[in-house]
Amino acid sequence: MQPNDPILKLRDVQVHFPVKTGVFKRVTGHVRAVDGVDLDVRRGEVLGLVGESGCGKTTLGKAILQLVRATQGTVTYSGEDGETELTSLDDAGLFRFRKRLQIVFQDPHSSLNPAFTIFGSLEDPLRHYGVKTREERRKIVGDLLEAVNMRRESMDRYPHEFSGGQRQRIGIARALSIEPELIVCDEAVSALDVSIQAQVLQLLMELKREKNLTYVFITHDLSVTEYLCDRIAVMYLGKIVELCDAEDLYANTLHPYSEALLSAIPVADLDKKSRRIVLQGDVPSPVNPPSGCPFHPRCRYAVDRCKTEVPELRRFKSAKGEHMAACHLIDQPLAE
Amino acid sequence: MTDANATRPRTRRDAQFDKIRDREAALAGTRQRTGRFMSKFLNNRLAVVGFVIFAVICLMSLFAPLIAQHDPMSPNLRAIAKPPSAEHWFGTDKTGRDVFARVLYGGRVSILVGLGSALLSAIIGVIIGVYSGYVGGWLDWIAMRISEIFMSFPQIILVLLLVAILGQSLLNLIVIFTLTGWGGIYRMARARMLSIREEEYVQALRSFGLGPARIAYKHMLPNALGPIMVNITLSTAAFILQEAGLSFLGLGVPLSIPTWGNILNAAQDLRVLEQNWWIWLPVGATISLFVLSVNFIGDGLRDATDPSQQG
Amino acid sequence: MANDVALTVKGLKTYIYTNNRCNRALDGVSFEIRQGKTLCIVGESGCGKSVTAASIMQLLPTLSRIEEGEITYHGPDGPVRIDQLPRDGAKMRAIRGKEIAMIFQDPMTALNPVYSIGFQIKEMLKYHTGLGRSDRHSKAIDLLRSMGIPLPEKRVNEYPHLYSGGMRQRAMIAIAMSCNPRILIADEPTTALDVTIQAQIFELMDTLKRDHGTAIMLITHDMGVVAELADDVAVMYMGNIVEAGPVGKVLRNPVHPYTRALLDSIPVLGRGKDQEIKAIPGQTPDPYNRPEGCQFADRCAYRIGACDQMPDETQVAPDHRVMCWRYEEFAADAAE
Repeated sequence: MQPNDPILKLRDVQVHFPVKTGVFKRVTGHVRAVDGVDLDVRRGEVLGLVGESGCGKTTLGKAILQLVRATQGTVTYSGEDGETELTSLDDAGLFRFRKRLQIVFQDPHSSLNPAFTIFGSLEDPLRHYGVKTREERRKIVGDLLEAVNMRRESMDRYPHEFSGGQRQRIGIARALSIEPELIVCDEAVSALDVSIQAQVLQLLMELKREKNLTYVFITHDLSVTEYLCDRIAVMYLGKIVELCDAEDLYANTLHPYSEALLSAIPVADLDKKSRRIVLQGDVPSPVNPPSGCPFHPRCRYAVDRCKTEVPELRRFKSAKGEHMAACHLIDQPLAE
Repeated sequence: MTDANATRPRTRRDAQFDKIRDREAALAGTRQRTGRFMSKFLNNRLAVVGFVIFAVICLMSLFAPLIAQHDPMSPNLRAIAKPPSAEHWFGTDKTGRDVFARVLYGGRVSILVGLGSALLSAIIGVIIGVYSGYVGGWLDWIAMRISEIFMSFPQIILVLLLVAILGQSLLNLIVIFTLTGWGGIYRMARARMLSIREEEYVQALRSFGLGPARIAYKHMLPNALGPIMVNITLSTAAFILQEAGLSFLGLGVPLSIPTWGNILNAAQDLRVLEQNWWIWLPVGATISLFVLSVNFIGDGLRDATDPSQQG
Repeated sequence: MANDVALTVKGLKTYIYTNNRCNRALDGVSFEIRQGKTLCIVGESGCGKSVTAASIMQLLPTLSRIEEGEITYHGPDGPVRIDQLPRDGAKMRAIRGKEIAMIFQDPMTALNPVYSIGFQIKEMLKYHTGLGRSDRHSKAIDLLRSMGIPLPEKRVNEYPHLYSGGMRQRAMIAIAMSCNPRILIADEPTTALDVTIQAQIFELMDTLKRDHGTAIMLITHDMGVVAELADDVAVMYMGNIVEAGPVGKVLRNPVHPYTRALLDSIPVLGRGKDQEIKAIPGQTPDPYNRPEGCQFADRCAYRIGACDQMPDETQVAPDHRVMCWRYEEFAADAAE
């Protein structure tokens, strides 16, 4: 197991939700939330998954954890005991792998059960994974809370007594409780105040170093990904349009969508103010994605070819390893 | 300044605000927490009062033979429709039976029917609703259709049917109330589950691989208890009143057995209503008091299950 | 006083009374909004920025009141003391919508789903202008067109659920702009929207400011938005404006420790992975248990004994003011 080996391999993952309409609930179409994603998550890296709402990033995160089952394609986990195709397992079979993969949620208000104390919320998973006695569980929960810079005694208090940032830290403690190898952070800092955001980001980075974690960091905030991530995958309408080293995305943007996305972000630096590229229109509906390149109706470079032909993710030259983009108009792809 | 007279008039609320502000200013820095404690105490006090009334009525009914000096069933022809006296605290009815004794004995049946059917239907409704609401799918579909059948079936026909087959009895009444009543609580529990299901902590529990029954009953149910408690108290009240109606029609508890409903039915007679207030007023008041106390308890329980209400 | 001032707020104190407690949500706030300029009020949740907007619009919750201070609207018919008008009197209602309009954070809930967009615009025109029926209809179409909504003739009769999030916010702005208000108050107008849509809305607001000379008060928590849109900025913390001035001065040479900490705590796009972000320790105090004196003192790295007293507002420059005891040191430091 080398540090850069893939811990997860996603091959042609598709998640389609049926759309039912009318009195008889007939299936009239499918929301193509995730529409054919190939992706490797490397052990020990922070992979950013960015895109706008509706681009399928959250669904992809849940499909990794098997909280949403892929309608097609495979998610393969490789660990000490070889490779396992998670998508082919049933709930009982998944049980062993639940321990390896965890998730931290966006909304600190709904991510903890309001009817239970912190200990009550955190102890059940532990019991589930064989920590038999109450004393042991209390010790583990206390240690976890200390690991996320909270006081041990907090465990006997209720979620409403904590602020958003504290709750988010408790959410992280919960995800850590069964010692996972990979954590999916679904907009983990987006709902927090800016001054608290930095605390949580730093905590996540410390924990990663200490516990050798791998993160899949789902967010719409590119400033955070640039700071935090090693590699970034930009998603648009269920597809990955660009995948590259984090610094490359800014220094050497290839896809027109990434370009527009980057330029649209308000930058808190008066000297770095650049002209924003304003995209026309809205993200098309994932029920009826446009033909050809999904981005072509909003793309300012689009040519006829973009309307008919779906671009493949191609490999391009980069100083920082691989740089993939799905666009017909970029020159010089590397031959395989 | 265009309009010097446009100054907002002071209201009663302004005085209240001033009081709060001055108190806070006086306490500044001392970090007192009396405010929340007082309100919590007051909340609980209503529940405590409710519980005391509830307990008193229940105990008095339970120990009716020890408290009542008269037989609730035996008529006394020398004391027909007598107003309250030292001998008969609540007076006597038109056949000379002691109203006080009848209210006590009647409570036994009425409370049993009301509370019993409410609890039974709540248990059934919650067990089905919580699980099917969380799991969804065909199980949910079937449970929903069954509840619709029971809820759309006229209760009175169901009662007639059961009485015709099994005869008039207390147990039948409870069975009927439970059968027709569980649907409401089931639907409410299910609806709560559908919204709680989307909360992120439920997703988190799923990501740990916990089983659906454990997630539904242990983690989600406590968050749905509030409205269920309130529903139980409301249906207790409704069942007590329904029992009265059915008994009057001769379909519920036989008229010879005293129940609160049976006693109250005497007020159907306009003459009794106008002249013999003691026949219907005490029992009416008892019903109201009992229902009110159950409601207070329901509120108290709801607050107790909602940790954000605690200090 | 220069005649381009549209609204003056002076020493405004608004307290909120809930649960028998008093929250000093605004504790002496002063600023002015100028015609054709954007004032950004920036701060974290609970700092009082939304209460400021609600005080100006007289849309405060029932259990709250303006204790002290003046809100003066400099209308075409001379100044009006808004704070002295009855909350729902005819005069206040005439100002609301016609002179001062407001747009809200969540376009999903701010529009009534049972009426068409056109109806909701025409309703505003009906109450505040003397336009006839057909004039109102064509004005509504014009407004939607100027907000960049495609096919306005068709869209005007459609209901909110057929509009996407970005289009709803544009429709909201169309409603707000229908009577050509002199002041537009925008309470986090793009927080619920994607960045590419946010860029569209910003473009629109810039146009309004340029073409109509609208005075804009923009409430936000995002320093990036401030850098992008603001002419003036006011930084709020726990009910006080701790620092205010032209955006160039406040962002380039921040004088208040909170402004500085806020700017240091956010990752800035384009600064790469090696940028250092510094979290602000602790959390915002409980509004019911406020510290004595300077509200930021508990989290401030530069705390001294004097901070137990509330500092006064001091001018660093004629157009730049700050509330800090040690401002001179920071100002000298910033000037270097």
